[in-house]
Amino acid sequence: MTLTGKLWIGIGVLILLSPLGLIVPDHFNAGSAWGEWGLDEIQKMNGYVPKGFQRVSDLWKAPFADYAFHRWEGKDLFQRSFAYIISAVSGISIIAGVAFLIGKVLAKEHE
Amino acid sequence: MHIPDGYLSPATCMVFGAVMIPIWAAASRAVNNTLSARQVPYLAIGAAFSFVIMMFNVPIPGGSSGHAVGGVLVAILLGPWAACIAVTVALVIQALLFGDGGITAIGANCFNMAFVLPFVGYYVYKFISSGSPSGSRRRIIAAGAGAYAGICAAALFAGIEFGLQPLLYHTANGQALYCPYGLNVAVPAMLLGHLVFIGWVEVIVTALAVKYLQKQGAVFFEGGRS
Repeated sequence: MTLTGKLWIGIGVLILLSPLGLIVPDHFNAGSAWGEWGLDEIQKMNGYVPKGFQRVSDLWKAPFADYAFHRWEGKDLFQRSFAYIISAVSGISIIAGVAFLIGKVLAKEHE
Repeated sequence: MHIPDGYLSPATCMVFGAVMIPIWAAASRAVNNTLSARQVPYLAIGAAFSFVIMMFNVPIPGGSSGHAVGGVLVAILLGPWAACIAVTVALVIQALLFGDGGITAIGANCFNMAFVLPFVGYYVYKFISSGSPSGSRRRIIAAGAGAYAGICAAALFAGIEFGLQPLLYHTANGQALYCPYGLNVAVPAMLLGHLVFIGWVEVIVTALAVKYLQKQGAVFFEGGRS
């Protein structure tokens, strides 16, 4: 098998293992990364929501925010893991496609 | 390390967007000069790898979490400019589709994770590994050292960007307008979490991958066109 084939299998394994990135922090009750809190968390930690923050923070509604499906917040870890894997597969398909196209365009001249 | 919308002022976001434009242009030129057609699939794999490895959140004592970025590995394999493009693609899709990192903060996040991280990482790796054969153990150590330096440097920059906000942008009565934590809080928080925990995740991921790639006889980036 070619090296690229092996590496794609490696990416596939990482996709299947990716829910660990959800389950392990959940198990240890770990919250968001530093500086990635939402409005409620900022309010709680800081005592007030900064005015500019309030204006800008909801500027963009990502379709699969937090690698999850809309209205699945209350779902159990198993279902959220499923959404996480679907997010990984779709994200990687798009990212690999875009990177491949950029690479094709840039590397084209010396084929 | 993905700065969300609202933490950085619009002016800060514009500065980093403006800084990234010539960097992306230089990256395109450099990749045009160094990337061969048969390496294009590796660019796609590199971007995919960076994206998926960032999904592995690792808990940090104290209640927060973090993740590796994988950008130094891509830089070792394809060069820092190609890594800049690969990580940029991952970060833009993360912001647009998954709300991981803000839309307005794309410039700053790309500066930290797609520019500082692969470049610091690559040059530390290059400095330590220079002259060593591509299958040598020194190269694995160099890759680990580069990974550590790269992600910690990126975290330092993110901490500075966060920490400057309350100094620059506040109301007359001293309330912050954007990120409310100053340099004295943001820099140690970002730096310590990465120096003590997440940096080592990046080291392990990068060193293991370089070891595997050595065994597979992969050609590492050497500066010129391969």
